[in-house]
Amino acid sequence: MGTVYTIDPITRLEGHGKIDIYLDDAGNVDRAFFLVPELRGFETFVEGRPAEDMPQITSRICGVCPTAHHMAATKALDALYGVEPTQTAKAVREFFYNLFMFEDHLLHFYFLGGPDFIVGPDAPKSARNILGVIDKVGLEAGKKVIEIRKRCRALMAEIGGKPIHPVLGLPGGVAKQIKEGSREELKSFASEAISFAQFTLSAFNDIVLANKAYVDLVLSDTYYLESNYMGMVDSSNRVNFYDGKIRVVNPSAAEIDKFKPADYASVIAERVEPWTYIKVPYLRKVGWKGFVGGESSGIYRVAPLARLNAAEGMATPLAQEEYERMYSILGGKPVHNTLALHWARLVEVIYAAERLAQLADAEELTSDDTRNMALNTPREGVGIVEAPRGTLIHHYESDESGVITKANLIVATVGNSAAISMGIEQAARKLIKNGVVNDGLLNMVEMAFRAYDPCLSCATHSLPGKMPMEIRLKNKSGLLINKMIRN
Amino acid sequence: MTAKPKVAFYWCSSCGGCEETVVDLEEKILDVVAAVDIVFWPCALDYKYSDVQAMTDGEIYISFINGAIRTSEQEHIAKLLRRKSALIVAFGSCSCLGGIPALANLKTRQAIFKRSYLESPTNVNPEAVLPQTKSELDGYSLTLPEFYETVLKLNDVIEVDYYMPGCPPTADNLSSAVGVVLEGKLPPKGTVLLPNKSLCISCDRNETKPDDMTIKEFKRITQIKADPEKCFLAQGIICMGPATRDGCGYACIKGNMPCTGCYGPLAGADQGAKMIASLGAILEAGEEKSIEGCMANVVDPAGTFYRYSLSASLLGSKNKEHR
Repeated sequence: MGTVYTIDPITRLEGHGKIDIYLDDAGNVDRAFFLVPELRGFETFVEGRPAEDMPQITSRICGVCPTAHHMAATKALDALYGVEPTQTAKAVREFFYNLFMFEDHLLHFYFLGGPDFIVGPDAPKSARNILGVIDKVGLEAGKKVIEIRKRCRALMAEIGGKPIHPVLGLPGGVAKQIKEGSREELKSFASEAISFAQFTLSAFNDIVLANKAYVDLVLSDTYYLESNYMGMVDSSNRVNFYDGKIRVVNPSAAEIDKFKPADYASVIAERVEPWTYIKVPYLRKVGWKGFVGGESSGIYRVAPLARLNAAEGMATPLAQEEYERMYSILGGKPVHNTLALHWARLVEVIYAAERLAQLADAEELTSDDTRNMALNTPREGVGIVEAPRGTLIHHYESDESGVITKANLIVATVGNSAAISMGIEQAARKLIKNGVVNDGLLNMVEMAFRAYDPCLSCATHSLPGKMPMEIRLKNKSGLLINKMIRN
Repeated sequence: MTAKPKVAFYWCSSCGGCEETVVDLEEKILDVVAAVDIVFWPCALDYKYSDVQAMTDGEIYISFINGAIRTSEQEHIAKLLRRKSALIVAFGSCSCLGGIPALANLKTRQAIFKRSYLESPTNVNPEAVLPQTKSELDGYSLTLPEFYETVLKLNDVIEVDYYMPGCPPTADNLSSAVGVVLEGKLPPKGTVLLPNKSLCISCDRNETKPDDMTIKEFKRITQIKADPEKCFLAQGIICMGPATRDGCGYACIKGNMPCTGCYGPLAGADQGAKMIASLGAILEAGEEKSIEGCMANVVDPAGTFYRYSLSASLLGSKNKEHR
């Protein structure tokens, strides 16, 4: 008789998730499903709230990437009120945003996804975490991680009130001026951030790239999916997190779309499945072809690797160098190997640090021209930013007094929901054979998922909201025959 | 020998911000780890529900539970942790008061499903498919937890020993609470582990508030560029300081934005009722302008005065049945 394994909750991710794996009579994987068991209803309960409160209310979709929601909401308010933010406001927002991207990506590398590589995918579960990482890289390096993060968060508090659920965003501007007296600290942090990003890349190089077994794992077909890719780019098609058009490339890396935020709904469509609370987006133009990859696939992916695949380069020199190195080692563009997400994330870390250094030098950063007060009658607005986990879209409509009447949110992790479902099933098929299942193998199934740094808090914004994960192995009739104890 | 006390962190319906607070302990996390055994923390550690189930009752010294209760699964885990823990702290405003997710109590579950799955401009759903607690796919039967009608706070489903509101509580709040508990200086059950005074008392803009403050009209933050040093209420901007518990270090105000009330009410108070009373004391309505006129710019009273405390408010929920 077949068996069902449940991983519950999926750990080291933000939010709640569950994986059901169904084995056939021979003990091989027949099907595996990724289910998101929660929903919160943000789109509905923001109706009736004042538009200017959206940056603070929607940041509560996710306490891990609150700044992404805060900024997407703020940009949606610019559009809603038809107001152009001042140059100073743009500089302050982008500086703040890159502080956040720098910190959030590092959090994933050291705390969430990194332990799989640094400590080892089949290390004991008591060691597969930040404490295991500190053991491995040494207490001094561990303290360095903590120190840089602390400094970053302190700057975010200074500029945006608080790092978790910031308050700086207003239509046309920001709430608080950065004083000229702070500039030296900003510059000094940016320079420290660049060194730290280089330190992290060299650690990645030594621990992961120098280890053939890891490189083989990255390149294996266990973690491989040919899909379309989406990401924001500047006017030269280089990655930008804060502003620009959204570029979509097909599985051969050819551009198939490039759109302004206001046009998102003509590019993206979403499908509802009865077995999960998360929606499944796809490219409207290509159409829904099912949960399939390959040249004709309608599925697109977002997040760091997708951004790099969808762009033509990085806007800063060190990041560009690393970008070229990554593609040259992994065999050119696009890279479809899901675990390369970890590397792409570090390319973005160095870009964020370099961008901070550029902005810290910008004359307009410290001016008192923080807000454009010339708001127009509000109607409708779309704001898009690149969240750490991918393209994030906020779309609001309001009445004439600026009270929200409708909202639509497509969050980054939702963009990857089809790919995550497929990636988990594929990894389970490759890893679980003849009924042999252990903690290390199940963790390697979770790795297919964790590479995306998935945020199920975000993904379940529309429902109640969380995402630890569970894997259940069941027999064909769905009976949970063997509850797996993972140790 | 004395074994290290066991500690668990868990999240229900929340955003993960309370988890970030734990990470924001920064180097202090190393001290915490030295002093306690963290036995369950899904956000950062790989222990599973089965590990908790295998513990003896009361084996965990203290569990910090954040998030509101919205699904059967969350209620189930909260009850499991209650059984396995000597002490439970409701951590963060969702767990203490309902928090932002409880704004959904102003809407129905049907409205939420309709908006999310049927009406959004990106949906392609001609057959009006909705997620089901039980469904069939390729011969497999898949299940999802039940989505309750109402967002509940933690003490609606289990007994809670201590409370630490905040959205999220700061790392300093957390570390002082952990200190109090580890030293064994346990306050009376039911205590909120934060000072019982209003935010205004510690706010550094308080001294700019005139003694006989009167306001003729409130303004929205879109209508005024706020003075970075002056009391928000004195500028005619709604600031929830008078009705909100101290403890955050007035972080939002330092960011030049008013308090929105995330630390909830003082002991025994209803946050919205207290705020309305405070505003009543400073509003100068007269023959020229009615109270309604003065309040015309407060376009969302329920969402403004009870933004984080609807599950604990006098307003209650649009849905009387919660499951």
